[in-house]
Amino acid sequence: MRIHWLNWLRQVVLVTGFSLRTIPERKGSVAASVFGIAGVVAVFVGVLSIDQGFRQALIGSASANIAMVLRAGADTEMTSGLGREDVRVVANAPGLARGTNGPQASPELFVIINLPKRSTGTDANVAFRGVEPPAFEVHRQLHILHGRNFRRGHNELIVGRGAAAQFAGLDVGSTLEIGRNHWEIVGLFEANGGMEESEIWTDAAVLQPAYRRGTSYQSVLLTLQTPEAFDAGKDFLTSDPRLNVKVVRQADYFAEQSQVMTRLILGLGISITSLMGVGAVFGALNTMYTAVSARAREMATLRALGFGGAAVMLSVLLESLALSWAGGALGGGLAYLAFDGYRTATLNFQSFSQVAFAFTVTPSLLVEGVLWASVMGFIGGLFPALRAMRLPIATALRAS
Amino acid sequence: MSEPTDLVRIEDVEKDYRRGGEEIPVLAGVNMTIPQGDFLALMGPSGSGKSTLLNIIGGLDRPTNGAIYVAGERVDTLSDRELAAWRARHIGFVFQFYNLMPTLTAEKNVDLPLLLTPLSRSERQKHVAAALAVTGLSHRAKHFPRQMSGGEQQRVGIARAIVTDPTLLLCDEPTGDLDRKSGDEILSLLQALNRDHGKTIVMVTHDPHASHRATRTLHLNKGLLEDHPME
Repeated sequence: MRIHWLNWLRQVVLVTGFSLRTIPERKGSVAASVFGIAGVVAVFVGVLSIDQGFRQALIGSASANIAMVLRAGADTEMTSGLGREDVRVVANAPGLARGTNGPQASPELFVIINLPKRSTGTDANVAFRGVEPPAFEVHRQLHILHGRNFRRGHNELIVGRGAAAQFAGLDVGSTLEIGRNHWEIVGLFEANGGMEESEIWTDAAVLQPAYRRGTSYQSVLLTLQTPEAFDAGKDFLTSDPRLNVKVVRQADYFAEQSQVMTRLILGLGISITSLMGVGAVFGALNTMYTAVSARAREMATLRALGFGGAAVMLSVLLESLALSWAGGALGGGLAYLAFDGYRTATLNFQSFSQVAFAFTVTPSLLVEGVLWASVMGFIGGLFPALRAMRLPIATALRAS
Repeated sequence: MSEPTDLVRIEDVEKDYRRGGEEIPVLAGVNMTIPQGDFLALMGPSGSGKSTLLNIIGGLDRPTNGAIYVAGERVDTLSDRELAAWRARHIGFVFQFYNLMPTLTAEKNVDLPLLLTPLSRSERQKHVAAALAVTGLSHRAKHFPRQMSGGEQQRVGIARAIVTDPTLLLCDEPTGDLDRKSGDEILSLLQALNRDHGKTIVMVTHDPHASHRATRTLHLNKGLLEDHPME
């Protein structure tokens, strides 16, 4: 039995080898098929790299041991509101990590401002966040790249590098006029590609009166001693009669924030690439039908000599898959060169502010691209392969 | 019971083809035997069924009715997979248009049927060299089909057909695509294989000149063997 299978596998390898050797004679149709699949994969990977980049911007900075406290019923910071007394109670929750400023609880104020985009000059929303000293312990990945941090009690602000790249007038040293207030831009920061990089930060105590927010905040971010401390902290806060809050893990919050965009991009990407894929499948079908037709006599000869019909069928399928893999690799490579790292910004539908992100072509996306190419190659090769197996040998031997 | 020396026994073989809902009879009850060591020429006008009969003997096609025995084994009831393995073991085909793989050299073409056997590479090389020597093509072993004349290509085809030392050599119009001189050389080679190496050969031809090289000629007409063929 083992010898039989080895013999059969040997036949498949041999016949596939013969098929691949004839590619130079069919280079026109083969190139059309490979480039067709490459185009689909390039678009597929390109579109999904938007989703990857967007999600990475939102979720990349999320940490498993950070919890977020919002007003009960609020889905986003925009619709949340917490008073100073709420913040004080929240900071006493059990299981919080401690920093130089006491418990690592960062009350944050979140407002939206309009600034002109560098690319179009039209206004778009930017998140303007007021924070207190614990924020720099909770948002540990945040580092000043250029300039310095803002001073407490001053109209100074620091700008995320994503926001600085997308919006005009956010260069360090310049002054920003928002409403009746003037703000001096004193620093540029990065946050490991995370959400914060799309924002502008200042002292919450300065931002609150500027926007007539009294002593209120939108959220409190908590650093837990361990991720497992979440449940106990959540129970403590949600059962405290003085509070009316909800507690979520930061990762879950961002995951939910990215859902609308992810669905939009995935829907769009899959629709476009499915339509293109249909075209590419027809291209592959045409190539392989042409190959089977051109090589009908060769295949019949091999079968007459004793090679099995199934081996011939599988060889056609393997050739189609090999072409699709070549197309997939080419398309993935093109997508990587064209899109990876390309920085842009789009609207976060939950916060209605712009999120700066970079198209991100990940290895898993490239693998998905090749898998998608394989599906096209399989469908494109299956029917010609079946035809190759079913060709009457006696008739095909006399094919011209 | 057939004679023990009968290599092929064909019993009441019928073959119909269906075309546009109509049954077209091609073989209408053929009975014949082919003894071991025979060199049989099958002749007949176009559409007489001679190639169909050859294909049925070689397991490339199946009869609608009747039975085929080769070396005592009934072959028309074998499965497709069994039939492929049986062809590899017992049949050597020589085609009118040579049917060589254009991307392989002469020796690689001849090696093809051996790839289905358990022989080692060195054993295969010996067989290939011997087959090419028998057909007088040792000096062309490294050449591709496009670098050879029609006669040389057909010699490669014959070398490929005999390299496994098959039970039966089936030749479908082996000189049909060759000029007279090359055709004569091929026929001489087939004669030598039959006479000197004891090969049993069935050759389909419409050329009386070719049939005269065979030891026996049978005529098919309208799917039946003729009792009194017109020479």
